[in-house]
Amino acid sequence: MQRIGVFVCWCGSNIAATVDVKAVAEALGKEPGVVYFEDYQYMCSEEGQNKIKNAIRDYKLTGAVICSCSPRMHENTFRKAAAAAGINSFMVEIANIREQCSWIHKDKVSATEKAIILGRAAIAKVHLNAPLTAGESPVVKRALVIGGGIAGIQTALDIADAGFEVDIVEKKPTIGGKMSQIDKTFPTLDCAACILTPKMVDVAQNEKIRIFSYSEVDAVKGFVGNFKVSIRRKARFVDEVKCTGCGLCTEKCPQKKVPNEFNLGLDQRRAIYIPFAQAVPKVATIDADYCTMLKTGKCGVCSKVCAAGAIDYKQKDTFVEEEYGAIVVATGFNPIELKKYDEFAYSQSPDVITSLEFERITNAAGPTGGTLLRPSDGTHPKKIVFVQCVGSREDGGGCGKTYCSKICCMYTAKHAMLTREKYPDTEVYVFYIDVRTPGKSFDEFYRRAVEEYGVHYVKGMVGKVSPENGKLMVRASDLIEGKQLNIDADLVVLAAAIEPDQSARPLATMLTASMDTNDFFTEAHPKLRPVESPTAGIFLSGCCQGPKDIPETVAQASACAAKVIGLLAKDKLTCNACVAHSSEMLCNGCSTCEKVCPYGAISYEEKEFRMPDRTTRVRRVASVNPAVCQGCGACTVACPSGAMDLHGFSNRQIMAEVDAICK
Amino acid sequence: MVFQYYPGCTLKTRAKELDRKARLCAEALGVQLEEIKDWQCCGGCYPVAKDEIATKLSAVRAMMAAKDAGTPVVTVCSACHNVLKRTNHDMQTDEVIRDRVNRYLKPDVPYAGEGEVLHFLEMLRDKVGFDTIREKVKNPLTGRKIGAYYGCLLLRPGKVMAFDDPENPSIMEDFITALGAEAVRYPYRNECCGAYLALEDQAITKKKSSAVLHSAKCAGAQEVITACPLCLYNLQKCGDDLPVVYFTELLFEALGLE
Repeated sequence: MQRIGVFVCWCGSNIAATVDVKAVAEALGKEPGVVYFEDYQYMCSEEGQNKIKNAIRDYKLTGAVICSCSPRMHENTFRKAAAAAGINSFMVEIANIREQCSWIHKDKVSATEKAIILGRAAIAKVHLNAPLTAGESPVVKRALVIGGGIAGIQTALDIADAGFEVDIVEKKPTIGGKMSQIDKTFPTLDCAACILTPKMVDVAQNEKIRIFSYSEVDAVKGFVGNFKVSIRRKARFVDEVKCTGCGLCTEKCPQKKVPNEFNLGLDQRRAIYIPFAQAVPKVATIDADYCTMLKTGKCGVCSKVCAAGAIDYKQKDTFVEEEYGAIVVATGFNPIELKKYDEFAYSQSPDVITSLEFERITNAAGPTGGTLLRPSDGTHPKKIVFVQCVGSREDGGGCGKTYCSKICCMYTAKHAMLTREKYPDTEVYVFYIDVRTPGKSFDEFYRRAVEEYGVHYVKGMVGKVSPENGKLMVRASDLIEGKQLNIDADLVVLAAAIEPDQSARPLATMLTASMDTNDFFTEAHPKLRPVESPTAGIFLSGCCQGPKDIPETVAQASACAAKVIGLLAKDKLTCNACVAHSSEMLCNGCSTCEKVCPYGAISYEEKEFRMPDRTTRVRRVASVNPAVCQGCGACTVACPSGAMDLHGFSNRQIMAEVDAICK
Repeated sequence: MVFQYYPGCTLKTRAKELDRKARLCAEALGVQLEEIKDWQCCGGCYPVAKDEIATKLSAVRAMMAAKDAGTPVVTVCSACHNVLKRTNHDMQTDEVIRDRVNRYLKPDVPYAGEGEVLHFLEMLRDKVGFDTIREKVKNPLTGRKIGAYYGCLLLRPGKVMAFDDPENPSIMEDFITALGAEAVRYPYRNECCGAYLALEDQAITKKKSSAVLHSAKCAGAQEVITACPLCLYNLQKCGDDLPVVYFTELLFEALGLE
């Protein structure tokens, strides 16, 4: 018979306001095997933990039930306390009476009753608990960073700085990401390329970093410390080693009519291309959708002009298998498609552009050489209207996002300010719902746009943009003056909401990393573990976790690197003790468990068994690799003969809990 | 092809020609329109209120008749179309309204929005097909520059009407092109004409409607078509000389039914 102690936490008023904690402690004190009970304001505090430790020693407890918050919050805390007092940490069970009880109920009587039932189930389980010992697994001391934007670059550089090897997988032909498309950065207005490209060069020259450009993650197996990743290197039809990046092929290619995605389709490139002058790696790539040679077999100009002999039309996708201890997701963002926002006439006029397109038009390396010209007729716009919150902060019924995209207020202020500085004869309007500029030197920046540069900030939204006679008639409301405005603008710039890159969702599935409803990766704890995914060994860097500006992205990228370094610095990791195990006598060798196991932890072996009549027989039985098993329990429910069971969550324990609840 | 037909009051009074020509065009296109027996007024703008029940009943009755007949209901009037679709959407999605309406009407089988509503234009696009119309045109309207006027009721609320892109629609332009004419797209084609404000303050409807016709004229339209009797009224009354006719007039003419 176990000697069980019950500890009921108030969690300040979080639990105690809705649950009668004293009544819970007393009721549970009457359960069989319970020799001690107590309630306390903060069980997780040092004082609270001491109460548990003392009770274990004084009353010679063999098990403990803590009625408190979710085990995800403090299971570890209480297990450590129990171990310090000399009992096996797996003899502690948590009854979650906060998230699953006090927070979701209002009626104190029924909430108290439910808390007692939850506690009773935990007591029933502890009766069947047995001490468990966790094993250990080695750590592969290398990291994978998925995405080569500023987030991925910073994380990779920091990890490499600590002496660990890093691979960056980037789906585009070059690293650099969105930042490489930006002209100037707020609030200091330094040139984005001037601060980004040296970092890109650092990555290329760092001996610890390898770049898999034009590559994608194809499959991920394994677990924290021991991931096995298959990387698909897409055929770029150019030998990366031989190509010198001279760019002659990109000048001679006769296929000139390919929309240039780096300039967001504002101009055209060739079928063989290097995205921009500072690309890393500076290697040409053939666009198979447009290359005449690849499509019809007739051309071959690039091959003829290439002095290095780097062109290879027969190149195929190849796969690389690599092992990593940690994986960093840095997949970034994209502005949303504006097809559904035709009140702004985005699809009806080339002079209605997104803010990212505006960046390219004002960028010295962009399609206009940095001169602000209208895409339709190449004239200087004299009146520009910026519209903020296009697709952001909508209610659930709209076609946009409910969240604030966070970066638009600042970059719009930047665009407005730079326009007024370079072209003082241009009238600039900014329509906003709210101007949100928290951040170091951010509000000062915005106020400069208004006060020093004379940008017209108008509170209110634009209702309609209609292209008429070469102008854009903008109809909007001025909420402060309470009147309707009609502006004949030459250019309309839409601050489109940002959303996670489309590659994030399938990647999350591969990594079994959770996402929110907007496809942003979820962090392990929104406040206390912001750069880790709840899935062990998966880390989050940059906008894949939520909208961020560059300073914040870089800070998070470095924080992420610190967490990865902390993991890679370990030689061994403690495994999960709650692993599956199979009874060889009951196993009938059907392979069902092997098929359902998501981690590949189960294999089969031929084993000799002595029969009662002293003959031997060879049978095929399941065997679990405890270092790989994550304890998900899929195999235990799938096993038709009841041979598979899970330590810490055995069938008997779970049935005992159900019985206690239904009593 | 057989459909249930819901004409609505205006088509029996002010807009008799719209009704007559819609029926004749449908016949010429091989569509049989069966007028729903004992249909009642859709309720005009009143059923759209969230807390209304009584005024929704006649629309639900029409939808139930269609459900029993097993074919969609077709309407020509933009307002009837708007009321029927929105009421049907309420019956599909709003538990309170569904429950109260069913307790009022006490049908043998409770109605939960199973019927389908089509505007005449939707029927032309999705059931008949603009390609078929193109083939059946006897007098192509070649050389005529026609602006489509959608107004609000056909398009909004966008998700409930599911008619076309509310900000950049194309169904009426495709219709005009199918008849051999040139469709003129102009910015104000989906703006409001002023609607029922005509009863209270004609100056407002005049302002709104002339802005629409001015926009159409600037874009080069020589005539404007609409599906809505109220839009037609407001546009014709606003003082602009640009001709405004029902879309069925064009179809009637192009099919050679004159």
